[in-house]
Amino acid sequence: MTDFPRWKYALVALVLLFGIVYALPNAFPPVPSVQVAAIHGAVVDTALQQKVAAALKQQNVAYSDLALDGDRLVADFANADVQAHASDVIRTAVGDNYTVALNLASTVPGWLRAIGAKSMPLGLDLQGGVHFLMAVDQNAVIDKQEDRYTDDIRSLLRQKNIRYDSVARNSQRGQGVAVVLRAAADRNAASAAIAAEYPDLNVQDGATTGDRFVLNAAVKPEKLRDLALGAISQNVGTLRNRINALGVSEPVIQQQGDNQIVVELAGVQDPAEAKRIIGATATLEYHPGIGFPGDPRAVEAARSGNVPPDARLYYERGSRRPVLVSKRIIVTGDELADAASGVDQQSGAPKVDVTLSAAGARKMLDYTTANVGKPMAVVYVETLYDTKIVDGKETRVPRVSEEVISDATVQGVFGKNFQTTGLATTKEASELALLLKGGSLAAPVDIVEQRVIGPSLGQDNIRKGFRAVLLGLGLVLLAAAVYYKLFGLVADIALFFNLVVLLAVMSLIGVTLTMPGIAGIVLTLGMAIDANVLICERIREELRNGSTPHAAIRAGYEKAWATILDANVTHLIAALALTTMGSGPIKGFGVTLLIGILTSMFTSVTVTHAITALIHGHRKLKTLSV
Amino acid sequence: MEIFNHNANVNFLGMRRLSIGIAVLLVLASLALIFTRGLNYGLDFTGGVLVEVQYQQPADVGQVREALAQGGMETAVVQSLGGTRDMSIRMQPTPAMRDVDGKVDLDRVAAVIGKALQASRPDAVLKSRSSVSSQVGAELRSDGSIAAVFVILGIGIYLWVRFERRFAIAAIVTEVHDVLVTLGVIALVQREFDLTVLASVLAVIGYSINDKVVVFDRIRELFRLARKAEPEEVLNRSINNTLSRTIITSLFTGITMLALYLIGGPVVHGFAITMLIGIVVGTLSSIFVASPILLWLGVSKQDLMPRSKEDPELARRP
Repeated sequence: MTDFPRWKYALVALVLLFGIVYALPNAFPPVPSVQVAAIHGAVVDTALQQKVAAALKQQNVAYSDLALDGDRLVADFANADVQAHASDVIRTAVGDNYTVALNLASTVPGWLRAIGAKSMPLGLDLQGGVHFLMAVDQNAVIDKQEDRYTDDIRSLLRQKNIRYDSVARNSQRGQGVAVVLRAAADRNAASAAIAAEYPDLNVQDGATTGDRFVLNAAVKPEKLRDLALGAISQNVGTLRNRINALGVSEPVIQQQGDNQIVVELAGVQDPAEAKRIIGATATLEYHPGIGFPGDPRAVEAARSGNVPPDARLYYERGSRRPVLVSKRIIVTGDELADAASGVDQQSGAPKVDVTLSAAGARKMLDYTTANVGKPMAVVYVETLYDTKIVDGKETRVPRVSEEVISDATVQGVFGKNFQTTGLATTKEASELALLLKGGSLAAPVDIVEQRVIGPSLGQDNIRKGFRAVLLGLGLVLLAAAVYYKLFGLVADIALFFNLVVLLAVMSLIGVTLTMPGIAGIVLTLGMAIDANVLICERIREELRNGSTPHAAIRAGYEKAWATILDANVTHLIAALALTTMGSGPIKGFGVTLLIGILTSMFTSVTVTHAITALIHGHRKLKTLSV
Repeated sequence: MEIFNHNANVNFLGMRRLSIGIAVLLVLASLALIFTRGLNYGLDFTGGVLVEVQYQQPADVGQVREALAQGGMETAVVQSLGGTRDMSIRMQPTPAMRDVDGKVDLDRVAAVIGKALQASRPDAVLKSRSSVSSQVGAELRSDGSIAAVFVILGIGIYLWVRFERRFAIAAIVTEVHDVLVTLGVIALVQREFDLTVLASVLAVIGYSINDKVVVFDRIRELFRLARKAEPEEVLNRSINNTLSRTIITSLFTGITMLALYLIGGPVVHGFAITMLIGIVVGTLSSIFVASPILLWLGVSKQDLMPRSKEDPELARRP
């Protein structure tokens, strides 16, 4: 007789198989590696591989592997120290046309990777690196908007011939712009004009004293909120671009809360360098174009080096085609108010809508009035810092990178608002919009928290955490087996599988393993056994009350289940609250606990029930070993 | 193997005046400790700079303090990270640690502290350095309190729905007791209160409620089964019936936390010790505090009968 249905055996077997397969990748520790990728149109090929091999050999740097992996070259090293030294050697050897990044290369076998199994990424506390928490200055966002509207309203009133005394920002931030007019009629006209032109403003009549008629125009709260959110995501985007360009592999760049951004760079040990990457300044300039990218004059200039005196030679981002651009600047990024990508209603082609400030609009109007049909280029100027070894000493060299990110023909006369079309894909459009904004709008960020964790500390933590898990598991296994005998051993098997399934789920979801996460694993192991304690105690009780062994098992599982469910749901509520706590350590712990409670409900009840049924199912029993 | 006599019938409810009296005293003492001595907030909450140092040869905390005082950093908090070679040093940043814009520069932090330490002990090596602004800490404190309140309320609502109002109230009151007493012990020993300890305090709530629910579950079951249910007797029997489970589970969870405490390293020290304190407090309150409260609230058989019996048709019959 068995009261355990066959499909449940199948389920248990499937889950255990899933657990083993997906937890397996964690048994293959990643090795420190350096990866080389091409930028500026260079190629990664066997020639590069030989060059790197020769450089490493010359400097006596031992590597365990050096191979091409798609469009990257990956070299593996024995430990983090060798890796750091090697990256310096390789950087010097390959030159400026490649990015060299520290990385951890996976050693997980291909067949596992093919089914989506991967090892858990390690948190900074387990592998070393730098961590930044940055707060975005939301006040600056408001300041910028209010300054811009002050400017815009002034020129709007002038344009509409409405006489005014003054247009100025209210002294309190967020209160908007105060316009002082001389007559009630003027105020009405101004109110109507502003409301029509700027739907994002709330226009209200203010106090009237003598011949001073005040009109208040404040940015709508929802618009401010949008701007604040926009500033964050834009900053995240800009940071991502910069950090990617600098070749730090797998950086973590995330929004946290309303106005914070977390940046974690594994492997980087120098916060000053990271800060320079993050703080790199970028600006935009609109220049009159001379010809188009790749036209014969530009190619000739690039070949011979003879650039006309009033022009500059740039390369276009992506295509790397040379282009000549006038030295004259039409507007700069400071005068760009907004840029958004979209789709053109008529043609369906991707486009970028650009909005300029009032001052920028005047300059743009002046230029386009005289230059319809001529090209206009956007130059993106970014200042980055490289670390180079000069005479055996590390020195920092500022490098200004200037690229043309857009070159288009002026189709008509425009000022404040215009569109850039002729973009190949919507992705290209959104990238351009991001770059346009990234060069100008990003609200200043303030670093409010920074940590540097040395690689040796990380290894130390991993070792200690691993040992704590093993010892904790071992002690519970021993205690359960001693106290509950055969049923304890069954619970032990389930507990071990709980660890396996927990690791599998965490790996599959891609939970970053941190030290608090390890503490969560140990706690989960300690608490998962509770379900088995409940079941075993119930079975003992049933036996004492005179039930037969089979009836005791059945009643034990049935009665304990209600208790286990209630106890675990309340525990889940606590774990859920932990995961909503924004900050790293608590969240890592909460997520582990949450997954652990769910997996333990399955392993402690269903898995042990299956094993118990297998052992006792078809035998006549006189006693139970519990 | 059995440690407990399964026929035991200790009259826990009989000593309810004493047990609740002690619980109230503990809570008051904890509140006094929390408000007078205060929690020894870690870097995450206070802001400031923190470095971890490793010495090649054993060193003691006093020696490190002295070296820092020599370098003009008298207010630094030095703690041993388990063992005699690893120390953590926490302080508010000195002017020398700031760059030209007044921002804390970790390279300068490392240079200033490294210089002061290596003046007396050249074998000191800095292993990590952090800086946190005080604004982050203030946010964290409010987030942590909100999370604790959210957990307690969420659990209360669940118990209200699944059990009954009195159970929810008893659980919430006992939870508050557990959290305050745990915090009181942390304040008493001046254990550093950092993020992992906060996580641990929240986990204590989870652990402790788990414990109470098991007893509550038995109370409900016994009330439903008993023909003549004298509340005090039912509560006593429930505690006794679940006693062996309550203690075995806390022992099992306790040994894992002990393992974590002993070899998990300094990062999880605070977590493990807080959890151990919480397990002891939570276990005792499951036995001595939750049920007396339930009794005083007037729990009875009628409150716990399955809903179907509350059929209005039945109620109307004579």
